[in-house]
This record gives sequence, structure tokens and C-alpha cells, in this order.
Amino acid sequence: MTDSEGKYARLTSLEDLARYRERVRQEHDPQRPRVRVCMTGCRAFGAVQVRDALAREIEEQGLAREVDLVETGCHGLCAGAPVLAVDPYGFFYQHVRPEDASDIVGTTLKSGAPLERLGYDVNGTRVIDREQVPFFRGQRFVVLRNCGQIDPTRVEDYIRRDGYAALARALSELSPEDVIEQVKASGLRGRGGAGFPTGRKWELARSSPGDKKYLICNADEGDPGAFMDRGVLEGDPHSVLEGMAIAAYAIGADEGYIYVRAEYPIAVRHLRIAIAQAEAMGLLGSSILGTDFGFTVRLKEGAGAFVCGEETALMASIEGRRGMPNPRPPFPAQSGLWGKPTNINNVETFANIAPIVLRGGEWYASVGTEGSKGTKVFSLAGKVANTGLVEVPMGITLREVIFDIGGGMQGGHEFKAAQMGGPSGGCVPAQHLDLPIDYESLTAVGSIMGSGGMIVVDDATCIVDLARFFLNFVQSESCGKCVPCRVGTRRMLEILTRITQGEGREEDLEALGRLGRVIKDSSLCGLGQTGPNPVLSTLRYFRDEYLAHIRDRRCPAGVCHELICYIIDPEVCTGCTLCARKCPQGAIAGDKKQPHTIDAAQCVKCGLCLEVCKFDAVKVG
Amino acid sequence: MTEHVEELDLAALERIIAAERVTGRAALIPVLQQAQDHYGYLPEAVLEEIARRLRLPLSIVYGVVTFYAQFHLTPRGRHTIRSCQGTACHVKGGKAVLEALQRALGIRSGETTPDLRFTLETMACLGCCFLAPALLIDDQYFGKLTARDVESVLEQFS
Repeated sequence: MTDSEGKYARLTSLEDLARYRERVRQEHDPQRPRVRVCMTGCRAFGAVQVRDALAREIEEQGLAREVDLVETGCHGLCAGAPVLAVDPYGFFYQHVRPEDASDIVGTTLKSGAPLERLGYDVNGTRVIDREQVPFFRGQRFVVLRNCGQIDPTRVEDYIRRDGYAALARALSELSPEDVIEQVKASGLRGRGGAGFPTGRKWELARSSPGDKKYLICNADEGDPGAFMDRGVLEGDPHSVLEGMAIAAYAIGADEGYIYVRAEYPIAVRHLRIAIAQAEAMGLLGSSILGTDFGFTVRLKEGAGAFVCGEETALMASIEGRRGMPNPRPPFPAQSGLWGKPTNINNVETFANIAPIVLRGGEWYASVGTEGSKGTKVFSLAGKVANTGLVEVPMGITLREVIFDIGGGMQGGHEFKAAQMGGPSGGCVPAQHLDLPIDYESLTAVGSIMGSGGMIVVDDATCIVDLARFFLNFVQSESCGKCVPCRVGTRRMLEILTRITQGEGREEDLEALGRLGRVIKDSSLCGLGQTGPNPVLSTLRYFRDEYLAHIRDRRCPAGVCHELICYIIDPEVCTGCTLCARKCPQGAIAGDKKQPHTIDAAQCVKCGLCLEVCKFDAVKVG
Repeated sequence: MTEHVEELDLAALERIIAAERVTGRAALIPVLQQAQDHYGYLPEAVLEEIARRLRLPLSIVYGVVTFYAQFHLTPRGRHTIRSCQGTACHVKGGKAVLEALQRALGIRSGETTPDLRFTLETMACLGCCFLAPALLIDDQYFGKLTARDVESVLEQFS
């Protein structure tokens, strides 16, 4: 961060920015061999070692002056981690190990030849060309346009790819009202989950009386199973800053905050670097690009409270208070941060703004469905083959996302449901796989678009246990201010827990439905208003599975501890004694080389025997 | 990092508070975050000093500290283990990994080992669902774990 401050000279006019862009474009030879390594999500699988090995090989093979090694954000296909791309050939390599570096440099960088073994597997054939990899084919990149393409710590990379051109256009050619018109014409709706039209929101903030207004970026991505915003913040932080600056110009704000999860250390670091660079270059701060528009951005790290993703709670947290929501109205546009008119949008919403302003609202609205325009980023996870970040046009079907882009189910299991929208959302069952993904269709089947978490579950996932999981989350994150959420979700959790323990009663299902509806109607904020959704949607589609727990005292997926038992198949057991040694209860007995048995009375059903058995002799009964 | 109460050097707080661009209540959470980074946790004397310097009632400071999961009133282990219990980790066996951690360390989630080697926490989601089930130890991620892997992971931290 300190390096960047001296390195970047202030741009004092729109022409300055254009000249700077021209210069960095000339310095960038698109034909020069270039390895782009994901250095964010792929770290956990050894991206650092891969990068170091590549750097060493480039040096040793004498290519240091001829090739570039670029550290980028997420490429999307996290299942293939560590991944990298090689320009100008358009190759995409996955599961790269440090040992592969020598061949990558010697074969691909030196002579442009592909390494088949690192390609994407399609029925035994290795696909090297990124454009042909099924995972990328159905996608359309607007928000993730730069993720994986650029070094997120270099503003010049962002500027080379039209970065800050939209801000320059807004400041030179468009009035604030024009900007709002473009955003309205784009049909963009808030990507945080609620889907309120962004242009309309800005209009409300602009027309709200007051000479001091604030702009906030909600980067408190807390839904379990969601990492879209993390991908954008880590891989392309300037796209968020530029979107914020344009929004500030449109609504008339001169001060902004990014409220980011402290649990995202790389995102925080990249944001800090990006803010320092933008300030040094006069792209943030006072008299931006020599105009009389000024806008400063501050970073606020969240302190670990899910409810702070709710906008009134978020503002309370910025003000240094306990993050508890307040009733609306007044809406933030009327009275927000420190009582001033405030506009809050989510990370992905802001990342959409620059392309809209640059290419026009109509261009954006040409993609999508009647009520849902543009693209949406989803984090695909769970029992799907290609876990990762995907960006698709609105209106695409769930089947295309999960089976074409996502590569289908892991391990040949059967698709059971897609859980969308996290703790506020619902499960979409197999019968709705051909549903187009848009705000209205998803709501009609009892789910929501949400912020973009998409967890795919298979027959080994217990739906009742999943519903209980979400409710447990809502209950522990409930701030306690209003009774329906604080007490109501606890009662629901007690009932669900009882069902998963085999002590459910048939009237419980009726009670869950009734409680859920009342909590939704009467809670103060979005947390409680949506918290019962996972239960209500699973009751709708998986009632039989609830009934199996209640009537038959049986968990069909073999998940709920109290309803299953572990047994050792004497035909398969070799008597290796490993399970007996690992069992924390000493519940497994048997002589060496003789089949072992589990004492059900002592077993606590931790499942460790199943985990450790090398012969698959332990079964769930 | 962790210091005993009697040896606390409260002068560091002066530096932290002076560096904040805002004062009073708006500075409270950032000051608490930095104070915790410095002291390892938030001892009573530190909270009292923060309250005094920011001119806030101690009850307000305490209320904020206990509201947010990130703040700690007791000493922490040298390494913080965050066991992800998000949705993807939940459906892929995250609970078994947590149970194995609790067995291996002899503590429950939210506790610290008596030798101050580890503090064990659960997180609703680390935001790296492709690693499920995942662990974050300090700033190092571990993914696609089973209960079997737990001991070899812990051995990497002393």
C-alpha cells in the first residue's frame, strides 16, 4: 500500500485519465506470454507454492524478460484449484501442482504448446481451451469481467480495461439525473437479496432534502454458503469503488463507507490498496479528475454479527452502537447514517454500475427476463461437481447452471434440491429444475433470488436437518430486539430439534407452519421476516421426509444421529482394529483379524469408525 | 501478544485513539478492534480506559463488546481455529470435523486450551464453500477435510 502512493501520480483532468489509459495500453502487449494465477481462493490448495515454483522456473529457464507472472483474483472454477490461465493461448489449467511449473514454463510459455494433463476433463477428454470448457461456456461476465483477468492490486490493470471510464463519462457528459435515468433504464435490481430497483433507490436518495448525504457499500456478506462479494472485492476492488463514486455523484453524496466483513482478510487488504491508489490518482477524494465533484471512501470492518447485513443495523454499527435494526420508515434515504439521507447498495450492485453507465442502460436491459435484467453471480457449492463462482444471464434455468456449468452432481449422487438465498431462502426441488432464474419465478416456488448462494444437496442430505441448520443460524444471530424473531425462532428450533431426535409429533408440522407465518408477518427486520423460509419451503416440498422422522422414527438420508445406528458388516470387516482404536467411547470390540462389533448402548454416533474404515465395512442402519 | 492484566501498558491505547479520524461513539468499534489486536483480548482495564478516553459510559462499551462475536473478554490461544459450520460445510461433514477437533483438543467450541495453544471457534461461513468442510487456523485455510485429517493439521501449529 505504501509503495503505491509514490508510484501513482495524480490525474487532474479527464484528458489526463485518457492519456494514462493510452499509455498503460501501449505498455501492455497482448501477445506477450502471461500466466495468470489465482492467488485468492486457490491459496488453500497451494497457489502460493505454485506461484513460487513458476517464478523460479521462469528465472531458471531464462524467460524473465519475455513473460509475465500475474497474481489475480478468482477465476471461478474453484473445484479445480489451484487454477491458472495462460495468455495469449487461452489455455486454462487446473489442479496445478508446483511440480508442473517446469513443464508450464518449458512447454507452454516457451513454445505455446498445451499440457493436456492439466485440462478440464469431459468424459475422459481433456479440454485446454478456456472458451471450450463447459463451465465457462454458458456464462456471461459483467460483474466478474475483470476477476481472474487482472492483478487486483494494480489500478493500471483496471484502467487498461476501461476502468474509471464510466466515472469520467458521468462527470463529463451526464448530469446526476441522467445517470439515474440510465440505471433505471437498465432495470438493475439490488443484488443483496431484496431486489429493490437500484435507479429508484438512487432517485429517492437524490430527491431527499439535505445538504449532507452518505453512501454505503454493504460488503457484510454473511449468508452461509455465499461468497460472490468476496470474489469481487478480492478480484476487482476498483469496480466497486468506481460504482460507488458514480452513485455518490448521482445522489449527491460526498462521503462513503464500505462495511466489510473482517473475516475476509484478503478482501480488506485489496480494498485498502485500491482506496489508497484511487486517492493518490485523484479518482477518489476532493476534486476528482479536476472536476468540482469530491467523494471520500472509508473502510469499516464488521465485528461479527450477521444482522449487520440489514441496512439499519449496519448503520447502527458504523455509528459505534450495537448492530440492532430499527423500524422503517424512516427509510435510510430519508434518515440514515447519523440522521442524514443515506443510500445503501450491495457490492455486486455497485460492480454492475460502471458497465451500465459506459454502455447504456438499454444494453444492460437487453439481457435477462421481463422483470429481472442483466446477469447474476452465484456461488455454487455443496454436492455439485464444479463448485465455484458463476455469472449467468437472468432467465437461465437451474438445470443449465447445475448440470451444464456446474458439471452435475458429485459422485453420481441424485439431485435432491438447490438451496437458494441462504437462511432467508428456500429449497428448489427437482421438479422445478427447469425454472428460469429470475426474481418472480423463484418467489413463486417459495424460494428467493437472495444474494446468490446456491447450495446443491443430494440424497445423502437430510432436509429436516438442513432446515434445522438454518433455523439454528437465525436463532443464534437474532439480535433479540423483537419478540417474534427472538422467541418465535427458538420455539421453531425446539420443535425441529425434537423431530430430528425422533420425538416429533404430527401436529408439529402444523405448528411450524403457523409459527413461521406469524414470525414472517411480525418481525422487525429482514432476518426474522425471512428466517422461517427454509422451514416453510421444505415443509412444502419434502413433507414426506418430515413424516418419516415423525411416524417411522427414521431419517431416510441417514443423517440424524438419534435415528441411525452404525453397524459393522462382518463379511467386509478384516479385523484391522483401526476403528476400535479410534472409537472415543471404546464401544467397538473384536479380536485382531476377526470381525468387530459396535455396542449400540455405548455408541455416541460420532461416525468416526465410518470415517476411518479403509474397507467400507461400517454401515449406517 | 497476550499480556497479564497487571503488566498492561495502557499507553498503546492513547496511540490507537489518537490515530482515529473520528471521536466518541463512532470511534468505539475500530478502537476496540485495534485494542484487541494489540492486547490479544479485551481485559477490564482496557475497557475502562477506552470508556474514559472516548467519554462513554462503561456500560455502553461493555454492551458493544458483548454484542459482536469478534470481541473477547478472556485471553486467547496463540492460534485461533475457526471451524466452518456454513451450509456447504454442514452438508459435507463439517460437524464431524468439529467433533474431531473438540475431541483432539479436549475443549468445546468457544473455549481455549489450558496451555493457551489453541482457541476453538465455529463460524457460520468462512465464504470458501468450495473447500467444504473447511477450517481457518489463524490466516491459513484447510479444505476438504475429514475427521481423520484433524490431528495432522493441528500438528502444524505449536
